[in-house]
Amino acid sequence: MASIGKIARRSFLIGSAAIAGGVAFGVYAARKPFENPNLDELPEGSASFNPWVIVDSQKVQLIAPHADKGQGVFSAQAALICEELDIELDQVEVSFGMPDKAYYNTAITDAMAGYPLYDTSPTAERMRGILGGVVKLAMPMMATGGSSAIPDSYDKLRKAGAVARETLKQAASQQSGVPVEQLKTARGAVILPDGTELAYTKLAGVAATIAPVTDVALRDPKDWRLLGKPMPRLDMVEKSTGTLTYGIDFRTKGMLHATVKVNPRQGGVMNSYDASAAKGMPGVQKILEITGGVAVVADNTWNAIQAANAIEFDWGAAPYPAEQAEHWEHLAGIFTEDHLNAEARVEGDVEAAEGEEVSGEYRSPYIAHAPLEPLNATMLVTDERVDIWTGHQVQTMLEQIIADITGHDVENVHLHNHFIGGSFGHRLEFDFVKQTAEIANQMRGTPVQMTYSREEDFAHDFPRHITMGRGVAKHKDGQITSLDVQIAGQSVLRSQMGRMGMSMPGPDTQLHEGAWDAPNFNLPNLRVRSYVTEELAPVSSWRAVGAGPNVFIYETLLDEAIHAAGADPLQERIRLMGHEVSVKVLEAVGEMCSWNGPKIGENRGRGVAYGFSFGVATVAVVEVTNTEAGIKLDHVWLAADVGQVIDPVNLENLAQGGIVFGLGHAINCEITYADGMAEQANYYDHEGMRMWQCPPITFRALQNSPKIRGLGEPPIPPSAPALGNAIFAATGQRIREMPFNKHIDFV
Amino acid sequence: MQLIVNGTEHEVDVQPDMPLLWVLRDMLNITGPKYGCGVAQCGACTVHVDGMAVRSCQLAVGDLEGEVTTIEGLGQPESLHAVQAAWIEHQVAQCGYCQSGQIMQAAALLDMNPEPSDDDIDVAMSGNLCRCGTYPRIRAAVHAAAKKLQEA
Repeated sequence: MASIGKIARRSFLIGSAAIAGGVAFGVYAARKPFENPNLDELPEGSASFNPWVIVDSQKVQLIAPHADKGQGVFSAQAALICEELDIELDQVEVSFGMPDKAYYNTAITDAMAGYPLYDTSPTAERMRGILGGVVKLAMPMMATGGSSAIPDSYDKLRKAGAVARETLKQAASQQSGVPVEQLKTARGAVILPDGTELAYTKLAGVAATIAPVTDVALRDPKDWRLLGKPMPRLDMVEKSTGTLTYGIDFRTKGMLHATVKVNPRQGGVMNSYDASAAKGMPGVQKILEITGGVAVVADNTWNAIQAANAIEFDWGAAPYPAEQAEHWEHLAGIFTEDHLNAEARVEGDVEAAEGEEVSGEYRSPYIAHAPLEPLNATMLVTDERVDIWTGHQVQTMLEQIIADITGHDVENVHLHNHFIGGSFGHRLEFDFVKQTAEIANQMRGTPVQMTYSREEDFAHDFPRHITMGRGVAKHKDGQITSLDVQIAGQSVLRSQMGRMGMSMPGPDTQLHEGAWDAPNFNLPNLRVRSYVTEELAPVSSWRAVGAGPNVFIYETLLDEAIHAAGADPLQERIRLMGHEVSVKVLEAVGEMCSWNGPKIGENRGRGVAYGFSFGVATVAVVEVTNTEAGIKLDHVWLAADVGQVIDPVNLENLAQGGIVFGLGHAINCEITYADGMAEQANYYDHEGMRMWQCPPITFRALQNSPKIRGLGEPPIPPSAPALGNAIFAATGQRIREMPFNKHIDFV
Repeated sequence: MQLIVNGTEHEVDVQPDMPLLWVLRDMLNITGPKYGCGVAQCGACTVHVDGMAVRSCQLAVGDLEGEVTTIEGLGQPESLHAVQAAWIEHQVAQCGYCQSGQIMQAAALLDMNPEPSDDDIDVAMSGNLCRCGTYPRIRAAVHAAAKKLQEA
């Protein structure tokens, strides 16, 4: 991979901060583990070998600290521990535990070190290690995001299981007098040579007196009992019987229900309000001012929402352009040197490259997260402590933010994390919990559950950032010779981190993610430049973040050039791809769909697209028919290389769901602003895909990548361009703007 | 006001225009039916009234005529309905928030049409939104449940 070295990285300040920080802090300090939080209040006779495993005389408890918003990581974390602990999934009690820096995410910074994730050279790995160490020391983040839960957990939790197992064997040896080497473990017990089984629970007391074994080796994947095989998810029975308690289902004695109304011109002030009509409405208990708006507290959610709708507001102006057309005009004007975010990739010379030119301008709109569980939180503030019942992806920081609002020491703020009814990035945000804290802090002693109406959820989403792309491609003798890609967008990371009170030095890497790291090593001329603005609507991370819009731009431009060159879309992509892992993914999809070119019959076409997102090479082929009523989706094939499969069934579910999500939004979703407010208020304005439109989706996982990766986000980026390319193959109509239904009908 | 939910009679003191969904969730603490949209766009609140699938967010409790069955009344973890068993068998759920409604809709479909085609399933189930995109597994699970119910 010689050309990786050529990737320009001079502008990656995060990388240079890592070098400086690594020297300043010393790498040694960063290697020291945090203390085990379970030891603080561990009852006599209980043993906890690390932050993830507790054994007492009754049960084996596992802590699965990553937030589960549907991706199944609750079960996966437990399985990683159980594999090495030699215990079955139905023998353990699993919980999210309480937030602590001991559960900081070791993998979330991997993508920020200035090296593409396929670069596993010693230099790149050392930089990731240093950056991870600096962040751990400066601000250890317990967080679930960036498809990093599995990469973070994979070694760590297997090791946690192995340490617990070996320590329990030591305890058994002490108790029985049998040397450790002669002991075996299975089904939650240590087994003596004569077949006697000593349950782990019976060894807890002795194990508690032993220092945890530190030197353990992890098992070879070929010896796995659980991992790599289909396993029933631990949440599946509850989710199929309505018995799972999501945050919105939490109930406690004396709890009141609330909702809020905040300026729909995001970030604008509230000039005044008139709640006189609301005050006397059924069930209304209190009407409180909060930052930027008003909260209604009532005896139930319905009454709270009804009363909130009866309040009249005078809202201030939006701190961004009021009309959608102005947002696009603004973006069109920032392809200039003074807005340059990064010249992120330079190979060869795109200006001097020979060939016929193909060019295009591409648009990716704002899109809402709109998870089906509306944002909600329940909180009880007393003079002594704060308890929070909600689902959140940035757990330790959330506790600090709430402590800052209520004035408690952070040690007395307790987040009880819950299963989340979908996020797609929205549960990385803090507004809904901050608003709940402002309410509950004014009503100390009374638990309050705050629920957004769906309309408030849409009005106060921080949508996917708006993006415009411009590209020039060149082709000669049937081959692509050059790609010059420019991407302009609202900075998603600065917008998001700004709301956390943090600034971010250097370029926003998400504005070129998925384009700058496209491993087209056999393309002699490639330039990727990104341009940044912070003057548009506030935005946030939306599933796959920058790679979503950027791969749409890159892969659509590439497809246009391949068509103009008269080459085959799949074969030319394979030729350009110098990255072996990615080549195999392209070849796998070709085999799965028996690829035989994009045109497969009258009014029928196939499109292919490649995406590299959070370390996963992913390829989608979409097949469509152009019917009299519109475009019909016939079939989708998807292949992805995740390095190592933990649960093939759950992985397939995530892959299929990712395609549905990616295609549905590409077809019919956008948020547009008028008079400073989102024009879309509910699912009838922003629907996504429904069952009638869902085609069969065939998935294959590959395991050639040297590192394990998560698949929560990677299916999104290639889905939209694969569909657009298929529509072109079937109709001859090239669509350069999402959502596609602005340009063509669908059935 | 009186209503029967999952075979139990309840007395609630609420406005008659309050939707059944909120009576169930906030007054009776029956939280299986979910609030997703409030305007019959997502189907997460689906319950049965005398066996018919109904969007409980759109039914004023004052207009309720008949006995209500929620997901909790359809089957419990230790006594699963065939549709729930198929959902588990096919590992349908991701976030799971829509699945109470999906299952209630599917159970009502199979009551009326014991052997639905893919098209029948699409027509019956397209009012139930799944943001995670579990549709391929829902389709498979409905077919499996139909088969199981036929054999029973």
